[in-house]
Amino acid sequence: MDFFAEVVAWFGDAANWSGTDGVPSRIGEHLVLSAVPLLVAVALALPIGLYIGHTGRLAALAINVSNVGRAIPTLAILSIAWLLLSRPLVEIGLRRDAAEITTALAMIALALPPIITNAYVGLAGVDRDLVEAGRGMGMTGRQLLLRLELPLALPVVLAGVRTAAVQVVATATLGAVVGTGGLGRYLVDGLAQRKYEEVFAGGLLVALLAIGTELLFSWLQRRTVSPGLQSATARALREPGQMGRGGGEVAV
Amino acid sequence: MIEGQPVVDWAWIVRNLDNIGARTLDHVVLTVLAVAIGFVISFGLALAIRRNRRLTGPILGISGILYSIPSLAFFMVLIRFTGIGSILTAEIPLVSYTILILVRNTLAGFDAVPADVVEAAEGMGYSRWQRLWRVELPIASPVIIAGLRIATVTTVGLVTVTAFIGVQSLGSLILNPGLANFFLTAVLVGSLGAIALAVAGDLGFMLLQRLATPWARDRALGT
Repeated sequence: MDFFAEVVAWFGDAANWSGTDGVPSRIGEHLVLSAVPLLVAVALALPIGLYIGHTGRLAALAINVSNVGRAIPTLAILSIAWLLLSRPLVEIGLRRDAAEITTALAMIALALPPIITNAYVGLAGVDRDLVEAGRGMGMTGRQLLLRLELPLALPVVLAGVRTAAVQVVATATLGAVVGTGGLGRYLVDGLAQRKYEEVFAGGLLVALLAIGTELLFSWLQRRTVSPGLQSATARALREPGQMGRGGGEVAV
Repeated sequence: MIEGQPVVDWAWIVRNLDNIGARTLDHVVLTVLAVAIGFVISFGLALAIRRNRRLTGPILGISGILYSIPSLAFFMVLIRFTGIGSILTAEIPLVSYTILILVRNTLAGFDAVPADVVEAAEGMGYSRWQRLWRVELPIASPVIIAGLRIATVTTVGLVTVTAFIGVQSLGSLILNPGLANFFLTAVLVGSLGAIALAVAGDLGFMLLQRLATPWARDRALGT
């Protein structure tokens, strides 16, 4: 196959591995473009999801937020954010980072729903008898949350973070459309210049990075979940409703 | 937004009603095609798994891998093989993304059929196909339809991305004149249009579910 030889040649070309548009630099940009919004989303969504799961208030919000999130295309969020924010950002002197900031905001919006929903589902799934027992032992609400509910719900909570992480890594690619760096550059620039081997190489790299993220987070999940729950983790991961990239769920 | 430009240029919308309508129709056709083809494939795969449970791992594994390919990358990688602007370049990823959701839900739906109901049907002399169509499918339908709802909503969103590979949809309005001319009205029309289609698809299937399962409706009414 002619074309695959071209792709292999692209990967073999030393020029594609150095400089600002080299693979290491693009992967670095892509990781920053994904990690920053993911961290912000976790910081925002976890307290919300845990609050809803712990108190049982606003449960409908936690359930519906992921359905609503699914209905809003990421391209739509990114485009609207870009048209509304790029000028103000340039005016306050952030011309060089305007695309990155806009994309990061869209990625935060993308990452919030799965984290909120899974944090809620995880806590809501904790056996009520255990919570009652904890309460009977005189645990305060805070102790119940941190020492009982959260450890038990951790596999499901982390599965939500993992779903969000994989989605963000995959979708940060779109940022290239408004001018960010990252692996999306190979897709957008390659397409504009009809360098299809570069497009293919870029697509392959994004897919590998997404798979790498999935593997990293499932490793993290295994590491952080208490050994006593390991089998429960395995069960939670096999079960529908809590697995990678949203599609894992069997909706009812 | 460009200075002095109104937030929503209603005159542009009125002038471009034909265009907006045509892009909406394109969007619907791409979505319906993907979900319909995806459902036929997934239903077949789910039936195959029911016959031979050992197929579960490979089928869910492969559809899981397909599902995890980032969409923009999937579309663009195919351009070299199936051409820019071709329906095939759009539909191959769109169909692939529906399969994991639909196979999972179809299986979960069939698994929810109580064993004694199946035995009763057998005892009544139903053939394998009669049992499938008249007994198991109706009981499984709420979960299967729930899968179709997710697949449809997801697909509507993904169709916007096919604008990058030159396929026409509401996403085309977002890209050009939207992003290309920094024209908010077109971005809003494309975005809200896509959201409206997703909601309409979701509600449509919800209605279908109510029609398909009259017993659940009666029960909800307390009769």
